[in-house]
Amino acid sequence: MRELEQFRSDVRAWLEAHCPESMREPYRSEADVCWGGRNWKFQSEDQEIWLRCMAEKGWTAPTWPAQYGGGGLDREHAKILKQEMSRIKARPPIYSFGIAMIGPALLKYGSEELKMQHLPPIVRGEIRWVQGYSEPNAGSDLASLQARADDQGDHYIVNGSKIWTSYGEKGDWMFALIRTDSEAPKHQGISLILFDMQTPGISTRPIQLISGKSPFTETFFENTRMEKNQVVGEPNQGWTIAKYLLTHEREMIGETGNLQSGAELLSHIAVKKLGLDNGRLSNPVLRTDIARFEIDEVCHQLTMERARDETKAGASLGPSASMFKYYGTELNKRRYELLMAVGAQDALIWEGADSNEGELARRWLRSKGNSIEGGTSEIQLNIVAKRILGLPG
Amino acid sequence: MTLVLNEEQLMLKESARDFLQQRAPLSHLRELRDSGNTRGYSPELWSEMADMGWTAILVPEQYGGLEYGYSGLGIVLEESGRTLTPSPLLSTCLMGVTALTTGGSDEQRRKYLPEVAAGSHLLALAVNESSVHAPCSVATAAQASGEGFSLTGRKTAVIDGHNADTLIVSARTRGTEHEADGISLFLVPADHPGIHTERYRVLDTHTAAHMTLDKVEIGPDAVLGELHRGMAVLDPVLNAGAIGQSAELLGVAQEAFERTLGYLKERKQFGVLIGSFQALQHRAAVMFGDIEQCKSIVLKGLRALDKGDENLSEIASLIKAKLSETAHHVTAEAIQMHGGIGMTDEFDIGFFLKRCQILETFLGDHYFHLDRFAGQRGY
Ligand SMILES: Cc1cc2nc3c(=O)[nH]c(=O)nc-3n(C[C@H](O)[C@H](O)[C@H](O)COP(=O)(O)OP(=O)(O)OC[C@H]3O[C@@H](n4cnc5c(N)ncnc54)[C@H](O)[C@@H]3O)c2cc1C
Repeated sequence: MRELEQFRSDVRAWLEAHCPESMREPYRSEADVCWGGRNWKFQSEDQEIWLRCMAEKGWTAPTWPAQYGGGGLDREHAKILKQEMSRIKARPPIYSFGIAMIGPALLKYGSEELKMQHLPPIVRGEIRWVQGYSEPNAGSDLASLQARADDQGDHYIVNGSKIWTSYGEKGDWMFALIRTDSEAPKHQGISLILFDMQTPGISTRPIQLISGKSPFTETFFENTRMEKNQVVGEPNQGWTIAKYLLTHEREMIGETGNLQSGAELLSHIAVKKLGLDNGRLSNPVLRTDIARFEIDEVCHQLTMERARDETKAGASLGPSASMFKYYGTELNKRRYELLMAVGAQDALIWEGADSNEGELARRWLRSKGNSIEGGTSEIQLNIVAKRILGLPG
Repeated sequence: MTLVLNEEQLMLKESARDFLQQRAPLSHLRELRDSGNTRGYSPELWSEMADMGWTAILVPEQYGGLEYGYSGLGIVLEESGRTLTPSPLLSTCLMGVTALTTGGSDEQRRKYLPEVAAGSHLLALAVNESSVHAPCSVATAAQASGEGFSLTGRKTAVIDGHNADTLIVSARTRGTEHEADGISLFLVPADHPGIHTERYRVLDTHTAAHMTLDKVEIGPDAVLGELHRGMAVLDPVLNAGAIGQSAELLGVAQEAFERTLGYLKERKQFGVLIGSFQALQHRAAVMFGDIEQCKSIVLKGLRALDKGDENLSEIASLIKAKLSETAHHVTAEAIQMHGGIGMTDEFDIGFFLKRCQILETFLGDHYFHLDRFAGQRGY
């Protein structure tokens, strides 16, 4: 107990000394998020300092073992770090599919060689990873994917395409599900393969979203060489690893339902925009919806906290991740619906400085994708029903 | 602190569950009802609960209690929600004891707490005056009379009012009807000749009472807490009550859900188990998730009571609002998913909806608590 308190005060002092002031403010827009990677241009010197300091401590990946550059913290210590960061409203030093997705899969299933090659650059934010799972004809039914690898001895030649690759054109490396045995039943012929996006034979085409932005791409493989030593785990065993990785992805997406560090309570925004009438928001129906939302926000947050308290640091939440993914994304959609209601007619503005280039409307539209990406809400409920509740069929 | 039960708490949970499943399963409630029992609970069972130490959980050690806190009592309440076991745990051991530990003088505590801990003295809270829970709307007058007071007025929906040995009555010592200031609390012997009690039975076998007070003369030592500032005691008592009711609702919802899940895996239609229908699977999955959330917040609320968190009113209303809505949804869905048999008195599942409606309505339903939560958050 004393040791934990000592750790807390050490962390507090360290953050005080190392977290730049400007990194303790809420994001003004998505452009403030740090993603890292080979081509990353830091938005400010502070952003770069903050990432570097945290990476040196291994605190960009607090629970990863120190030999791979991680912080080596157990659950309780990691929780303290998180609490102390949110106490000063520190921004996450980096957002990274490397840390949230492929890293945990490598830690559990990767060879020592792959771990040593890939994990330290992820901790340092040097390589930006993207996910090649979905295909035009393989969405919810992911295991029916068609991108195929032909065995060439020490390497594969891959043909096919992936779709909805978030940040595809910005990715340095991809982890992709590729069919390495076309004869086997559909779940048994898939491998999880890692490759550099600069490999010849890979091209991307941007896809524009309803929010007017195009953060994702279609990705094409044309006689692309992929190395066999970059297969995670055993060839053709990729499906198990893919599902494990998805539990981490879903846990990450579930976080979108939580009040982000430094973000304002919905009710505060509503009070600022609409004012109070006798100490209350004047529309009692909107007020009730906001109250219900804020209650559910606390419920979700505490339940994620409880689930993590019950799980070993860094371990998968298992099928519960599907529950958190479902609740977190449905909550975030509700949040944006209410923000639009509070913003009212001004919230419709799409262009112009006043609206920060339609930031709210664009985020509202983007939030609709939350319950689709990483597996739809319906699929999450299927998983809860079958894997947790043991319902048949 | 982590949001998980420690070993000692897990043991208490297990022993509470074993005891209740054996001594007071759902058939116990049915028997009480069918035998026309007027108390609404079984005194024999109550003395066994006292032997288990449950009546003493919240009482401080110096007054003969176990001082095991709200987290401990919450575990017992949750388990008694699963079996729908009627008892004065909520009125006496949770709210009554909280009133005394929050506002009672040493003398008052010494007078009541040891007997409460032993299970031989029951308390009841008489705070409402209309059908709607509104603790600040107090017209019952406490007029200075001699050295003490004379109480006149009418109190409604007093849980265990007809069973209690001592009533905790709110009455106005100054101010106008809807003001918080000027409300005082009094400890009044229930057998006082000026008190007229109308016992009534609610949906299931639980009982409550309307009580009329006509010039009930009491001494100055009957004042609980500070004169005019009764809300300073009543607020914490009602917060504890809301969280305790929520713990019980959690047990009600879990049991109704588990029984329903069992039915989905057993009942066949169209040649398959009904649990294979996605329309039912998704609704079950959402109920599961809602109940998981309820577990987290009830745990948090009980901890907050033990620590004496400063925003208890906000937390208590958050929890009661969420638990009321969730348990209601789950117990109503439980009937729907059972089909016709769910509507029959002979089958037990309907008891869960009834208990839910009672727990949720007494001391403020989700409308009351949503409104209060928003107010606590400043909107
Ligand atoms: C913003 C965004 C970012 C994304 N980023 C990535 C990425 O980086 N990498 C990547 O690989 N993929 C990514 N995706 C793809 C995403 O994982 C898929 O869109 C998703 O899995 C759904 O597949 P689909 O689009 O083919 O829809 P479909 O599977 O065709 O689903 C259509 C509808 O049918 C429902 N449905 C399907 N099957 C069932 C069933 N069994 N029971 C009930 N309902 C069912 C679905 O819930 C949905 O409502 C992203 C998607 C979005 C929107």
